[in-house]
Amino acid sequence: MTPDPIFQPMLQWLGMPVGASAHAGEVDRIMALVHWLMLVLFVGWSIFFVYVLARFRRGRNPQANYHGVRGRWSTWVEAGVLVAEIVLLAFFSIPFWSTNVDALPAEHESTIVRVVAEQFAWNVHYPGADGVFGRTDIRLVDPENPLGLDRTEPAGRDDLVVNGRLNLPVGKPVIVFLSSKDVIHSFGLPQMRVKQDAVPGIVQPVWFTPTMTGEWNIACSQLCGLGHFRMRGIYAIQTQEDYEAWLKEEASFLEP
Amino acid sequence: MGTLPYTTDVRPDTGLTNPKLGIWLFLASEVMLFGALFSSYVLLRIGALEWPDQSSVVSVPFGAFNTVVLIASSVTMVLAWASLASRLPGARRGDAQAQAAGLGRYRLFMGLTLLAGAIFLVVKAFEYSDKFSHHLYPSTNVFLGLYFTMTGLHALHVIIGMIVNAYLWGPGARMWRSEPERFTNRIEVAGIYWHFVDVVWIFLFPVLYLL
Amino acid sequence: MPGLLRYIFSTDHKVIGLQYGFTSLFFLLVGFALVMLIRWQVAYPGQPIPLAGLLGEANAPGGVLLPEFYNQLGAMHGTIMVFLGIVPLAFGAFGNYLIPLQIGAPDMAFPRLNALSYWLYLAGGIVMLVSFGVPGGAANNGWTSYAPLSDIAPGHGQTLWLAGMLLIILSSLLGAMNFITTIVQLRAPGMTWFRLPFFVWAQFVTAFLLLLAFPPLQGAAVLQAMDRLASTSFFIPSGLVVGGQPLDVAGGGNALLWQHLFWFLGHPEVYVLILPALGIVAEVVANNTRKPLWGYRLIVYSLFVLGFLSFVVWAHHMFLTGMGTAISAFFQATTMIISIPSVIILSALILSLYGGSIRFTTPMLFALAFMPMFGIGGLTGLPLGLSATDIPLHDTNYVVAHFHYLVAPGTIFAMFAGIYYWFPKITGRMMNDTLGRIHFAGSLVSMNVIFMPMFVQGLAGVNRRLWDGGALYSHAQETLSLNVPMSYAALVLGVFQIFFVVNLVWSLRAGRVVDANPWEATTLEWSAAPTPPRAHGNFVTPPRVVRDPYEYSVPGAAAGFLPQAATDAESRT
Ligand code: HEA
Ligand code: HEA
Ligand code: CUA
Ligand SMILES: [Cu+2]
Repeated sequence: MTPDPIFQPMLQWLGMPVGASAHAGEVDRIMALVHWLMLVLFVGWSIFFVYVLARFRRGRNPQANYHGVRGRWSTWVEAGVLVAEIVLLAFFSIPFWSTNVDALPAEHESTIVRVVAEQFAWNVHYPGADGVFGRTDIRLVDPENPLGLDRTEPAGRDDLVVNGRLNLPVGKPVIVFLSSKDVIHSFGLPQMRVKQDAVPGIVQPVWFTPTMTGEWNIACSQLCGLGHFRMRGIYAIQTQEDYEAWLKEEASFLEP
Repeated sequence: MGTLPYTTDVRPDTGLTNPKLGIWLFLASEVMLFGALFSSYVLLRIGALEWPDQSSVVSVPFGAFNTVVLIASSVTMVLAWASLASRLPGARRGDAQAQAAGLGRYRLFMGLTLLAGAIFLVVKAFEYSDKFSHHLYPSTNVFLGLYFTMTGLHALHVIIGMIVNAYLWGPGARMWRSEPERFTNRIEVAGIYWHFVDVVWIFLFPVLYLL
Repeated sequence: MPGLLRYIFSTDHKVIGLQYGFTSLFFLLVGFALVMLIRWQVAYPGQPIPLAGLLGEANAPGGVLLPEFYNQLGAMHGTIMVFLGIVPLAFGAFGNYLIPLQIGAPDMAFPRLNALSYWLYLAGGIVMLVSFGVPGGAANNGWTSYAPLSDIAPGHGQTLWLAGMLLIILSSLLGAMNFITTIVQLRAPGMTWFRLPFFVWAQFVTAFLLLLAFPPLQGAAVLQAMDRLASTSFFIPSGLVVGGQPLDVAGGGNALLWQHLFWFLGHPEVYVLILPALGIVAEVVANNTRKPLWGYRLIVYSLFVLGFLSFVVWAHHMFLTGMGTAISAFFQATTMIISIPSVIILSALILSLYGGSIRFTTPMLFALAFMPMFGIGGLTGLPLGLSATDIPLHDTNYVVAHFHYLVAPGTIFAMFAGIYYWFPKITGRMMNDTLGRIHFAGSLVSMNVIFMPMFVQGLAGVNRRLWDGGALYSHAQETLSLNVPMSYAALVLGVFQIFFVVNLVWSLRAGRVVDANPWEATTLEWSAAPTPPRAHGNFVTPPRVVRDPYEYSVPGAAAGFLPQAATDAESRT
């Protein structure tokens, strides 16, 4: 996000993790705006609050005034809050949702992966060289094959299934097809400003465009049992070259 | 507690007695309860990949018969109340032996209401055991789960209603001598509840048996 | 009935109110005890906790909490605080004791039902406590009991949780029914709707929320009980694999259905936690500013808007379950709109101070502190209510901080204000002021030290419900150290409650004896009913109401305050 006199100070102050995706800037911008609104309201009211307590304490003001505040200026304050909220909604949050959450990029120009959550691990499924995900079947699930991937079919033969690590190329949209094997988990990538519940029975596409290389944590963000606290994964945003090199290396482990 | 106002007489500015307002509020919450279950039914059915042909799983004739039985019981419930209301002291036919006759008629109709309730439950029991004998259990599929849960919850309401009515038919009826208005109100309140139980079934029947 | 039993099995609203009061205070203490363990575990993950060894090998071998036990603590802390602590105290206790007195009624409309509500509540509470003892321990799926986790949870804890909830719900429904009927039917002559004290209005709307929002959870609980006991699969979709084994149920259910049913209750429930508190604060403020509430009618209308809207915001807890723009837009809009009546009410309370002659009594201190605390909690609801900013904040400690500012320094402070304020009404004695002020200062400071850092952690991306407080996560490292001072603050908070408990017990016997109306208040309970009240029956002579609730400092009036009830002089004319 371009350095900017209004938002930067607030964001410094809020101290969120580095925003490393294309839409992170927009999220942070809204975050800063709404916290400005909160700060102004709170400070404003607090000043008034403290003043009134001092000015109208029993000692200073022995005789109360039956009518109290005259005039309707408070109504304007409240109307102001409403307007500010409507602006935040109509011009920021709602458009954000439709452009950055709903509208999926074209699959051919995106990196496609499946992420399947389970107690208490993240299974990452790459389609492999052919770009096609192999068939999965829960009857094939076993410790070696957590997704029940059918390796006998050509589509499945070259697929990569990685436990707890999600590597992605930088600067290119990513579509994650998210699902869960057992209970509800939540796929949280703090630096991507991405969080999406992994709901069993639903395959939910999540997309974002990494803009910075680095290695961070996938945080499970929904109570999913006794191992919730340790349901951490690693995700790495790499340059295209590193990414492809990594894919090759992983593929080399597959028995031909 | 006898000192509490508006237990039998109407509060002028609200036009209500306490028990009547109370029962309506209670029914409001009941509406939310069954409303939630019906909504769950809709959500689950919309989301379902396959859904059994309901009318072939459950027995429509049994259900239809039970519908008739319950509606009839609502009618007898009203008659039970009417046979008291028309003979209250101060009413046109409010003299002593008229009141005795009123109690007789009331016992008759309330008895019929109880009988109808009993028939309803027996039929329901037959339906359930029939399902079980064909190895159809709540766990078989989501529809049967909903069928057993919703009809079971409704049956529970029928049983509670019958317990109340049975009390009002037997020992509770003593009050007709001491406080006829209060007793008549009780019958009315019990009636409102019973009609509600009836109405719930009138929704359950098409949703679970026909659709 | 003989002596003590006459009180235990009383149907008098005041006795029942006190029963609710002491029981709920006890549960507050339990909830606090549970959370102390949580705080210690989070501050010193995996290290033995003093005394925790007593919890047994199954829970804390060698004093080290097991993750599954940590989850029990979290779930039961939430459940106990909300359903067994605050609601029974704010609604059951204060509502029961005060509503009939404030509207000039001889008792609740249905005294026997009233007693039944209390006993059902107690039964529910006992079931919840007992569940800690069963194999597998208490429910450990969060107070939200999200399915399918709660469906497939082993042991009987979750089942008992459902049973306990059904009892508590039944109790609340009967209570709500009773409160509404009482307020509608038993208002004394002259007590018109707009002469009702704001407290009564708040309880009135609260009762409607309970009456209409709880049944869906009742239904949901029945469905979940079926899933657990009759192995139906309402909340279990097809094709699940749990622990490597295909789950053998029919499937075909919907995992999100539970969340919809739960939050349909859940959100109105949070207003159930705050509205009675607002009512108490309003009473205390009016009395201690010696002037009428500012915008009385306006805030009464706001209550109704709030109550109504609280039924159409529930999915703001579910933004990240996979929502389209249209639906999320709807729930964001309603969430923003519902904040406005709250803003109005809080503003009105602050504006009521203007022009007053403010007495800084102990109850007033708590009531005043409530306002900025509620302000912080409420304002931080806004970024949660915008789906875009909810993405980084959802399920982090930011959420935990948000609602604790509303319920802990918010509602709990209002409860303290109410206890200090009405104690002389109940006992005819004052609570000690010095102890009260110590209790206040200590609580205010420590509350903020506990919860303010949670915002920092939340913004840094630290999730909630983590056994080790997030020690495994790289983005959590900078803020982890905050957990230590936070946890000590929680301990300090507990210590300062001793001043309260001591004050309470000591004042019962030795508190300064005061006359019927020590605060020079206007509402009926102070002027028309005897103090301390007789255990049974309320008013010597049925009161006649001739005035608005807060006629303080009326221009030209001889007295500084004019009671709502007709004075003898007025009655004669
Ligand atoms: C008492 C309880 C209570 C109250 C009143 C509220 C009030 C609000 N809540 Fe909160 N909320 C909870 C209890 C409460 N909440 C709980 C328990 C949870 C978590 C549940 C769980 O997941 O476990 C939660 C979670 C929660 C979420 C879900 C977050 C997530 O899980 O991702 C959201 C999202 O929209 C939200 C929003 C709001 C909003 C917009 C309000 C608004 O109504 C707030 C309106 C108030 C204001 C805007 C304040 C006005 C302030 C001023 C006028 C300034 C005053 C200043 C001075 C006095 C100095 N809340
Ligand atoms: C009304 C609701 C309420 C209240 C009042 C509180 C009060 C407190 N809560 Fe809690 N809390 C919740 C509702 C509440 N909480 C919920 C719903 C959750 C989420 C659970 C989940 O994850 O599912 C939660 C979770 C939660 C967590 C997060 C756990 C996690 O994410 O893993 C933490 C952590 O610090 C916490 C701390 C506290 C603290 C320190 C208090 C303190 O403020 C406690 C203050 C209370 C006291 C100091 C006791 C006073 C006692 C008396 C005055 C009685 C005197 C006794 C007699 C006279 C007999 N709470
Ligand atoms: Cu998976 Cu929490
Ligand atoms: Cu909410």
